[in-house]
Amino acid sequence: MSMKVQTRQVDGVTILDLSGRITLGEGSVTIRDAVRDVLAKGSNKILLNLAEVNYIDSSGIGELVSAFTTVKNAGGELKLLNLTKKVHDLLQITKLYTVFDVKDDEASAISSFTK
Amino acid sequence: MADSTTSRVSFTLDSSLDSVNKVELTAEQTAQRAGFDEDTATHVAMAVREAAVNAVLHGNAYDPNKHITASFETTSDALVIRVADQGPGLDPDSIPDPLAPENILRGSGRGIFLIKAFMDEVHFRQLHPGTELTLIKHRRPAQPGN
Repeated sequence: MSMKVQTRQVDGVTILDLSGRITLGEGSVTIRDAVRDVLAKGSNKILLNLAEVNYIDSSGIGELVSAFTTVKNAGGELKLLNLTKKVHDLLQITKLYTVFDVKDDEASAISSFTK
Repeated sequence: MADSTTSRVSFTLDSSLDSVNKVELTAEQTAQRAGFDEDTATHVAMAVREAAVNAVLHGNAYDPNKHITASFETTSDALVIRVADQGPGLDPDSIPDPLAPENILRGSGRGIFLIKAFMDEVHFRQLHPGTELTLIKHRRPAQPGN
């Protein structure tokens, strides 16, 4: 199953609702393109909603890290929302859980972005 | 025990992402048939996917003239999966630690780490040319003295 991305705006934050698998050749490129598109449109507050992401591999993890650093280097913030247990466990194993700002409530996630 | 092998299947596949997906799916199904619980079967499938990605991408570099082989062997006490490529060879000691602070934000380099995290044993063998990874998941933790 490929990955799908839906984009919405809430209070100046761009939320990318991702669903499916983030793996080499499937979701990885989709995320990269989606984040670049958001930055190109002038928004640099990005919330990746991973509630419907049921699988991620090392390429997908790498893509999340690259997105994080790309947005940070552009002076913005990228945060993660609603991790599934599988993704949560993977970020713990790879010690990335504390690198990312991980949220489990959309409203508080949005209010946590720098105004 | 002379021979505890209960089943074995092997494939020779193109260097493509379709092959990666086939190997991953076979690993998950084999682990489930071998009686591993859902979480363990998922972890085995993830580890095998990483091995197959390494073989296709880093080993064979998607070369249509090179193939990967994958074998799945279920024994009375373990699931043994071998994935081999025809690439230039992989030195596992040369792979940077992805948990090191200087590497934590790298966009790649976590595949072998995840394989080791999810399997009980991981062995590398140089094939000249190519590399074979053997991934082993025991049916239960090894007990000292057994």
